[in-house]
Amino acid sequence: MAQALTARAGTVVPRVKKVSPAQRASSIARLVTAVVVGLVMMFPLYWMITIAFSPSADVVSRELHLWPSEWTLENFRTIFGTFPAATWFGNSVVVTAIITVLTVSVNLLAGYAFAKLDFRGKGFVFLLVLSTMMVPVQVLMVAQFRLVTQLGIYGTFWAVIFPSAASAFGIFLARQFIIAIPDELLEAAKMDGAGTVRIFLRIVLPLCKPLIAVLVLLTVMYQWNDFAWPLIALKDAQLFTLPIGLLYLQGQYGADYGAIMALALLSITPIVVMFLAFQKYFVQGLARSGIR
Amino acid sequence: MSADTSAREESTGNGPPPSPAATYTARPGRASRQQRSTGAAAGFLGPNLILLGIFLFLPLGWALLISFQESDGFGASGWVGLENYRRLVADPTFWQSALNTAVFTLITVPLSLALGLGLAVLMNSVLPGRKLFRTLIYLPMVISGIATALMGVLLFDESTGIVNKLLREGGLGTIPWQSQGAAAFASIILVTLWIRVGFNMVIYLAGLQGISPELYEAARLEGASSWQQFRYLTVPLVGPSTFFLLIMDVIYSFQVFDTIFVMTGGGPGRSTSVLVTYAYENGFVTRDQSYAAAIGIVIFLVTLVFTAVQWRGNRSRDTVG
Repeated sequence: MAQALTARAGTVVPRVKKVSPAQRASSIARLVTAVVVGLVMMFPLYWMITIAFSPSADVVSRELHLWPSEWTLENFRTIFGTFPAATWFGNSVVVTAIITVLTVSVNLLAGYAFAKLDFRGKGFVFLLVLSTMMVPVQVLMVAQFRLVTQLGIYGTFWAVIFPSAASAFGIFLARQFIIAIPDELLEAAKMDGAGTVRIFLRIVLPLCKPLIAVLVLLTVMYQWNDFAWPLIALKDAQLFTLPIGLLYLQGQYGADYGAIMALALLSITPIVVMFLAFQKYFVQGLARSGIR
Repeated sequence: MSADTSAREESTGNGPPPSPAATYTARPGRASRQQRSTGAAAGFLGPNLILLGIFLFLPLGWALLISFQESDGFGASGWVGLENYRRLVADPTFWQSALNTAVFTLITVPLSLALGLGLAVLMNSVLPGRKLFRTLIYLPMVISGIATALMGVLLFDESTGIVNKLLREGGLGTIPWQSQGAAAFASIILVTLWIRVGFNMVIYLAGLQGISPELYEAARLEGASSWQQFRYLTVPLVGPSTFFLLIMDVIYSFQVFDTIFVMTGGGPGRSTSVLVTYAYENGFVTRDQSYAAAIGIVIFLVTLVFTAVQWRGNRSRDTVG
């Protein structure tokens, strides 16, 4: 009854709202639920930070501490002093950067071809490429391992880079975006005598800035976090990326969670900062590509 | 540029991303023009097809060949036909891993869907600080699987983990997260939900924003309760999002590796072993690589079935409405 009244009032004077006690109770309940959910989602991250800055006595003690008994950088000294955390960080930056440049470039080119060029077998090639999008690395790993061994690049960055750059997900996003560019625009350029390459460079590419942003952010995130393939492709601890370094540290330190969490915190910080700065692109891109 | 970006935003607001097959329409081209642009297309596609050909399609075919060969530690030697697949059928650990994969998927997928929809409805309503809450729920999506799994190890450590400490303080007794199969399984499910709920919420939020508010107004005038509105309006109207998520979640759960590999390594015993971890174990721990390739082919076939189901579903949905 009260709801029906507000609804009718709403049609006459949209901005005036009468809040009934039931509505107030419901909005308080919603807020409480949201706060609880927010706390649950944040607790693991809070705990990672807490342990990263706690002395190791806190971690192994059977008592309950909800914050560090004293703030310490001891764990960070361990990962940078005893372990090559800085090298691993640098390796992750280099590998991620090369893969991103490589894969985004080739996927933009291919996306344009699938969106705007006519050629024989287009439908078939497109389906073939996309059917590989969901194939997990565990299907390919044995053969890929032999391939990089045969090519003589096993254990180097290239062994991580090439198989990782061979990814089809960017093609799908690029095609979907470029297909929305009006054909008239491209036709007009063609009338002026521009060739396919020129049209791509002068007209398509400048319009693709939002697409490129999404592709770069998602690829950086995906490659920075990638674990299963680098685990197979790398063998020398000096060449590890951060995820493999984390596993190595866990193997060496077992239950010394302080050092492990310090490195975990270091490893997630760049991506979290990127996410907070470009949330809209991330969310759009994730929703449209369906990958994580 | 502006028309272009608004088209993008509109389509993100209207439900799940269209599938590749759904958006694909072959354009008939004149023969002469087609021939001319085949050359250009080869130039544009070339770099990608070379990369995919060498590092994706070649290993895929090679994996199939390896699965018909005999393992000898490092390389493979000699054809054995279907021997590896015969072993697979008779291998109790393979079946245990397949069963665990199925159970894990059957538990995590409905929970991800339900939590995702619930949170999407909540975050779509009038709520102070809505943006902040959304960000908090999205955040786990971008954190690496290995960092998440290590957080899981930290939280669920049987003797020093905070979860058991809190349970002990609350007088509830501790849970053997690492030494007992069912508890270990539960800890993996909890971590997976933490990772996964944000993605489900994103897709459902997009679906909800495509529903006209007038429908709810009409339902309210008819005297429908909130629950009735949810059950008979929201749930059917986000059906396309549910379908998209169902397939994506199944594929995700089916392939979950990092979390299990780091948190339990498939243990205790074989209680959390799944197909992808069992394949890795055979390929790179016990070095029975041909057998690992055979398991990989099984994983590939199952993945392909789900991908095909999604394409068909999207296509029929598009032609119907």
